[in-house]
Formats: sequence, C-alpha cells, structure tokens
Amino acid sequence: MNEQTTYQVYSVNGPVVKARGGSGLALQDMAFVGVSRLIGEVVAVSRQEVTIQVYEPTTGVAPGQPVAPADGPLSIQLGPGLLGGIFDGIARPLRAIEKAGGAFIPAGLDLPSLDGEKKWPVKILVNPGDRVEGGAVFAQCDELGAITHKAMVPPNLSGEIMEAAPNGNYTVNQPVALLRDDQGREHKLTLAQKWPIRQPRPVKLRRPVDQLMVTGQRVIDAMFPIGKGGCACVPGPFGAGKTIIQHQLAKWCDADIIIYLGCGERGNEMTQVLEEFGELEDPRTGKPLLNRTVLIANTSNMPVAAREASIYTGMTMAEYYRDMGYHVALMADSTSRWAEALREISGRLEEMPAEEGFPAYLPSRLAEFYERAGYADNLNGTEGSVTAIGAVSPQGGDFSEPVTQTTKRFIRCFWALDRELAYARHFPSMNWNTSYSEYLADLAPWFESRFGPDFAQSRERIARLLLEENKLMEIVKLIGADVLPEDQKLIIETAKTIRTGFLQQDAYSPIDTYVPIEKQYRMMELILHLYDKGREVAAKGIPISQLVKTGVFELATRAKYNVPNDDFSLFEQYRQQIDQAAAQTVAQNTRQSQGEAKV
Amino acid sequence: MRIEYTGVTEINGPLLTLEGVRGASYDEMAEIALPSGEKRAGRVIMAEGDRVVLQVFEGGKGIALEGVSVAFQGRPMELPLSREMLGRVFSGAGRPIDGLGEIYPEEKRDINGMPMNPVAREYPRNCIYTGVSAIDCMATLIRGQKLPIFSGAGMSHNQLAAQIVRQAKVGGQDEKFGIVFAGMGLKKDAADFFKKDFEDSSALQRVVMFINEASDPIIERILTPRCALTAAEYLAFTYGMHILVIMTDMTAYCEALREFSSSKNEIPSRKGYPSYLYSDLASLYERAGMLEGKPGSVTQAPILTMPNDDITHPIPDLTGYITEGQIVLNRDMDQKGLYPPIGVLPSLSRLMKDGIGKGFTREDHPAVSTQLFACYSRVQDARSLASVIGEEELSEVDKMYIAFGQRFEQEFVQQGRAENRTLDQTLELGWRLLSGLPRSELDRIPAKLLDEHYAPPAAGSED
Repeated sequence: MNEQTTYQVYSVNGPVVKARGGSGLALQDMAFVGVSRLIGEVVAVSRQEVTIQVYEPTTGVAPGQPVAPADGPLSIQLGPGLLGGIFDGIARPLRAIEKAGGAFIPAGLDLPSLDGEKKWPVKILVNPGDRVEGGAVFAQCDELGAITHKAMVPPNLSGEIMEAAPNGNYTVNQPVALLRDDQGREHKLTLAQKWPIRQPRPVKLRRPVDQLMVTGQRVIDAMFPIGKGGCACVPGPFGAGKTIIQHQLAKWCDADIIIYLGCGERGNEMTQVLEEFGELEDPRTGKPLLNRTVLIANTSNMPVAAREASIYTGMTMAEYYRDMGYHVALMADSTSRWAEALREISGRLEEMPAEEGFPAYLPSRLAEFYERAGYADNLNGTEGSVTAIGAVSPQGGDFSEPVTQTTKRFIRCFWALDRELAYARHFPSMNWNTSYSEYLADLAPWFESRFGPDFAQSRERIARLLLEENKLMEIVKLIGADVLPEDQKLIIETAKTIRTGFLQQDAYSPIDTYVPIEKQYRMMELILHLYDKGREVAAKGIPISQLVKTGVFELATRAKYNVPNDDFSLFEQYRQQIDQAAAQTVAQNTRQSQGEAKV
Repeated sequence: MRIEYTGVTEINGPLLTLEGVRGASYDEMAEIALPSGEKRAGRVIMAEGDRVVLQVFEGGKGIALEGVSVAFQGRPMELPLSREMLGRVFSGAGRPIDGLGEIYPEEKRDINGMPMNPVAREYPRNCIYTGVSAIDCMATLIRGQKLPIFSGAGMSHNQLAAQIVRQAKVGGQDEKFGIVFAGMGLKKDAADFFKKDFEDSSALQRVVMFINEASDPIIERILTPRCALTAAEYLAFTYGMHILVIMTDMTAYCEALREFSSSKNEIPSRKGYPSYLYSDLASLYERAGMLEGKPGSVTQAPILTMPNDDITHPIPDLTGYITEGQIVLNRDMDQKGLYPPIGVLPSLSRLMKDGIGKGFTREDHPAVSTQLFACYSRVQDARSLASVIGEEELSEVDKMYIAFGQRFEQEFVQQGRAENRTLDQTLELGWRLLSGLPRSELDRIPAKLLDEHYAPPAAGSED
C-alpha cells in the first residue's frame, strides 16, 4: 500500500467533503474527517483532490480541518456477538452508542462492532502442523444458544498452523492460533476478522436454487414460493403491509439466521422488532428469536450516506454466516430508500442524472447487491445460502418507476402488494394476478419428493379458479351475480373461499400466523374437493346457493382457524361433511322435483 | 476576537456568497450587518476553500455588495429554551413576536436535533383521545406516533386541527399535556383563526406557537418545524410532558424547500422537489417518539394539503412512507356537508393495533373497529352495484348495507365542531350501527362480544 498522509478539508456541502494536500487515499478507502473524526468513505479521486462521503452530520466541519486516512477500505468486524445485536448502517453497535452517548446519537463515535471484553468459551479445532486453506474452521463456540459460531481462516489466507491455544475462554481480539502463509509471513488468528463491505466473500461454487424456504405464509409457499438462496422483492404503496410481510418472514421462515435491515425506515418499527423478537420463542432452539437475528437500523433520519452503505453491511454479515454453513435470510426494508440515498449523494456529487434523477449506475449497483445472494458450496466444504428479500416503496404506488422496474430484472420472485386489497383489509395484500415466482420450476422436484405430483396440480387448479373469477367479476360488476349460470356461480363462490379461507392469513392469530406446508396442502385439497362436489351439484341443475346454505363453504373458510397445526384428522371429517351436504342437496332436489312431477 | 468579513461577491435570492473567509464551518451561524444598521441572521450552507455560501433567513432583499459585514458565531443555530415558552408566540425562527419580551433561556439547543437511537426508544402503546369518533375508533392516535392529516385546499382541516387541540387528552389523569403549534406559510386569516380559537378555549396557556405567515421569508419557513420540534423535545424529555405537535401546512414547507433548492441550482427530482425531500421530511417526522425510562412523549399531527387532492403527489406520498399511518379527508364527504369529512377507508393508524383493546382502551374496541371498517368497505361495493342496476334491484343484504353506510357517515363520522365524544359513546354508537346488520354478516367479531353487545332493533320498530 502507498504511504498515506493527512489531507485538509477543502470544501463541505452536506455529506460531501472534498479534501486536498495529502496522498495515498484510494477509491473506497475509509477516512476520518475533521476535528471530530467523522467516518467517511472516498468516492472519487482526482489529481487535485479526493471526494469523501461522510456517514455522519457534517455540522462543524470547516475548510482546513484535517482528514486522516484510516486503514484501507470501509470494513466491518465479523465474529461472535453479532447475533442479538443492533447496529447502524456501518455496523456501529447502537446499544454501546446509547451507553456512551445517551438516547440521541451523537456524531464522531467510532466504536468497534463487537464487544471486546466478553469472553467466549472456545473450542480450538486445529493443531500445530495442520495445513489450512481460506475458509477453514479453526475454532468454534456457542453463540447465544442459537448456532455454533465457527471462526474461519480469512478467505484470502492459507498456510500452516504454527501455534494453537488450548480450549478456553477468549475475547474476540485475543489470538487463538498462529498461521504461517506460503510466503513465510505470520498471521495471528482471532475469533473476529475484518472484511470490506463492498467486496463479496468468495465461495467455491454457486449452486442452483432447489430447496424451498418454508415461510408458513400460504400465499408465498403455495402460490409464489421462494427457494433458499433466491431473490425476491416486495413492492407496495404505503399502508399495503410490506413491513408486516417482512416481519412475518423474519419470524417464521426456516432460515438459521436472519439479518433484518431497516434501511431508511421508521425508528418505532425497529424498536418494535427489537421488543417483539426478544419475546417470541424460536421453535427450534427455545431461545428468543432475537438470538438468531442481527438487526441493522439506519432509520430515515440517520445520515443518508450510512443508509447507502447499510445494505452492503447486511449482505457482508449474511455471507459471513453462510460461509459457516448456515442458511441466512436477509430482509431489506426498503431498497427504495437505499436507491434514494444513492440519488441524493449522486446529486451532491453533481453527476449526470438518468431516469427520474437516479444515477445511471442504479442498475449495476442493484445487480451487485442481489447477485451476492445464492446457494453456495463454501470454501470449507459446507453448504450455505443467502436469500435476499427486498421491499420496494414505489413512488405513488406506481410500479413503472425505475427502482421497481430495475429490481425486477435481478430478482425472480415478485410479490406485488396492492392498495385496493389493503383498503379492503385483505392481508397479506399480495395480488395473485400480478405476482409471480420463477422458482416454481426449480422447486418442483422438492414438492414432488414430498407430495408427489398433487401439490403442483392443486396449485395450478387454484390459480386457474382465481383467474376465472377475475374474468367473471368483469361481468358481475356490470350486471350482478344473479344472471350467471350455476357452474359460474360456483366458481365465484369457490374463489371467494380461496381468497378469504386460503390467501388471507391473519398475522395476529396464534394459529394462523404460521401454517405448516402440510396443512397448506390439505387446505387446498379441501377447497378443491368442495369445488368438485359443487360441480356435481351444479351439473344436476341445482342452484349452488342451496349448497352454500348447508354451510360447507363457511366450513372450508374457517378451516384455517379450526384445524390445529399439528393434527390434520379434522380434514377427513370435513371431507365427509362436504360429501354428505352435497348428497343431501341433491337428494332434496330430487324429492322436490319428483314431488312436483307427481302434482 | 470576532472577525468581520466584508468580501461579499454575490447575492442571489436568499443566498449570499462571501470570499476570503478562514475557518467558517458547515452549518455555522453568522450575523450580517447592513449599512443601515439592520442585522440579519444567516447560516453556512457550503464552504469551499475561502469561499462561503450563506443562507440569509430574512432573504437577500435590499442587500448590496458594498458595506455589508458578516461575523461568524462559531456555533450552529440554537434555540433558547425554557418552560416559560408555554403560552407564548414565536416567529418561524424562534424569536418572540407576542410583544412580551425575550424568554430567559434555561438551555440552548441545536435546532436540527440528533437522531433518536432506536435502542433508546420505547414502542408507543398509549392512546390520545381526540373526542372525534372517526379518529378515536377507526384510526386511533397513539402517544409518540406521527399521524398526518391529508387534506385538500378548502376542506376543514384547520377546524379539525383546532378541535383536536381543544379536546385532546391523554389517558392518565395526572399526566402533563401540552401543544406545540408550528404554522408554516399560514395565511393571516388562518393564523388568526388558530390564535383566537386557542384563546377562546383557554387552551393558550398550554400551547407554544411558532408562526411563519405566507408572506414571511421562506428560509424561516424551513426553520419553523425544526424550532417547534426542538421546543417539543425539550418540554417532553426535560419536563416529562406529553406534547402534541401540530404542523401546518407541510405543503407550504415543502414548496419553500423546493424554492430554496432551486436557488442553489440543485438537480431537481420529482415535480422539481429536491432529491433529499424524503430525508428532509424524515428528519422532522422521526423526531416523534418516546424514550425508555422517560415520562414524556412527542406526538405529531402534521397537516398537508394535497395539490389537486392527489395522494400520489410527492409530498403526501413521501409523508405516507415515513409517518405511521394517515387520516385522509375526503372531498365527496366535504361536498355533502359532512364534518369532519374523514375518509375512513384510506385512513389508517399503524400503531393502533398495539395500543387499543383490553388493558388499553376497551376490550371490544379492536373488533368494533375492524368490523365497521369491513362493513363500510362492503358498502362501497353495494353502492357501485346500485349505481349500475338501481337500488331496488339489490339483494336484501345489500340494501341493509346501503342503509348502514348512510348512517355510518351521518351519525358516526359526522359530529359537531364542539362535540367531544368519549370512547364509550363512540363504541356504543358503533354497536348501534352494527346491530342494524344481520348477525351473520359480522364475521370479524368473536361470538362472546356479539352476545354481549349485539342488539338488533326489535322487529317492526323503526330503531
């Protein structure tokens, strides 16, 4: 690395500072700006000056103040202690900041992400003389009872272990092994390692996505599923329930680790996540859900440059846990705020704007982010995945705006939330006509191995019924439902049952908030069975309203509340009830028509 | 020693450029002395080498290049704060304008505030009763929430805001309650209306007013909400008061920001508004909240008029993405002469679900609210069907919905300008309306509550 010397501030304009007179700062290097040492990152270098975006309010910075280069590019500290923590956009620990600075966040606090005092019970897994490659696990410890945290040799390092400490209690900064690389240089290995946030952590091989990420949300798992290592986006106008969907996924999806990224969103929401996840129990470990979660909170009033960095901070943490062989889900709420941060900084740098003021590099930046997700064979031979789910807040709820449209090209699962459905309090307000999942084909073998071909067929029939209903509603809106023939009335009645009994899911009901995939399958079967019986009734020319009167549609709608999540025997009983109701309806009509015939 | 600079090289609207300056820092305050002896206040918005750009709060009108001297103060803009601010009236820049003299400051604070640490926040759960049924029952205001009122030009948002100020009270008896009022770009009539209304109702001694009238400088307009929120935070977290901040009109504020941005030659984004509009609005709205272990709270009710009643306009759109719900006034209701003209369907309070019901308001509150909402939403379907096939052709149930919708708007949403309904009255009214529908239609209410409260009118009687 070149010799680095101190610069002086030349100009200040909001979060953009230009500095002159020093040497050695490279693009994306970190620097401390001004007398209060605000953290910044170099975004442009010219012969004359360097341009730095500062991650904190620049009030008080004046020309002539020093700019001190920090050591290399913007990096974060990775190691045990991330789980259960809450960090700002550049991974500063908010709990420690509260201790040091009070309820409001002061500028210029440079605190390490990990608690340097805490000792972890470490088991050392290497012996002197061992040859280790990048990514190899050299030590492990339990992290909050949620996972076994594996300390790995940094990806760019390999060589021979010279010394290894005995098992025992160590802090994240205490060396536990000594490694000599092939050039003969010695490196101390600690539990913590640093990694530059904008650089993807390497893997051995990217693999296709072929395992379902079970979320327990019917409209997702059954209709628009996502696989482990996949990418999805959730666009929706305000009030459509983006945040609740993200919360539901963070609570219930079967990933090992959740990285929840509040990017330019509300402070109260982060507080809610913190409270709620601290109380909810992780069904697999019995510990609070918070213990498997890392929260990154860069709320909308925190500095905008740190908001831009926050999604890379989150992604780097996700990749780190993936490298240990875990399945990680990253929820980013919302990527639109991130894109706006990009636009704001770009404006300050006086760059030429492209569409709607967004910089021309918006697509390449979005691609960089989403392409870091995936299912991978790690360097150390384990398998892990990062699933990325980004909320998008389109301006005016208009999906044709640049962020939604650009994001669509880099994701394969589009969960479109709808204002009309939200106004009607149909939640999740995911529109079944405009949403899609390209993972259906990739995940087909997964479903087939568990349910045979039935699951896919049922899904298809449900989707077709909804489509039919959509067409019929055009007519109904004009002339009312009464004039439709009985088989079409049946479609409308069945689709209503699908909408209210299957697609609608109550996040606040203890039984409905998470539904096992097996039950989702049985619910579809039940509704379709009802439809088939209805068709038999309709084929005999009997009004479908008579079948409705028997209460069987109500029965199917209420199954979500009435059938327990661990005992499906009621479904068989419901099937019989439906059969009986259909038979009775037919019998009554036959008697009536026979009676009429006699008269 | 104070250095005075005289090298003014350019004046462009409220912006004043100065050269030959050493050591002026970003956001620092400056005092600008004119040859006439007049003094104006300014703030550094850009520093580049020895060149500094200042924004002049009172505007650049009447300033010549010669004879002007500028002295830097070495600190950002600070507002003098005191408990004595209650009952006083200030300008948008925080100077007393009620003729009662300066306040004796207990403390001075940077008006930009600092972001609240999410870890230190307390999740808001207790409601503020406004005495307005459509708000209390359907979009409950929670202490520490930011709940804007989306209105349109000519609708009665000012009356509604004044009514909320008069009637608002927090749950507990011994809680200290206060109002901070920020008027931005307010017409003189509107400013007078508020002052008079507060005086008449003797609410004035618990109100701090910051008034920037429509003809006042736009730079002061940009400072107005910041001063108001700084005062609110001080009263809330130093004196443990529950402060409701009313900010009107946010549209005027955003337009001032746009004017200022374009005078700085910034690249405009949607509809000419600066690209940082979202961050700027967030830096105001996010100052609502509660802190763990402290008794006070800052609640915000910003009012904005949607240009052309368009909810997708950048101002309501970005506001809606930051605030925790919205109360939307509806033009049709207003034209029908209904007051308050609250459009119930698009209105929403995001924090309501955790702050109502058993232990907070009343056990049946969530169920009644959801059911009224669902039924009223169904009314819209019945109405659009009726407009096609005629009301007579509707099914019996749909006819009942039409009748329900009528009563809901006229009896539940509508109320007098001085009518202060308790939550019990509101909920009883809700039950009375719901009882006009068949019990089988009320699918969002648990059977237990229905048994307790559902009382259909006796057959044959006219209710």
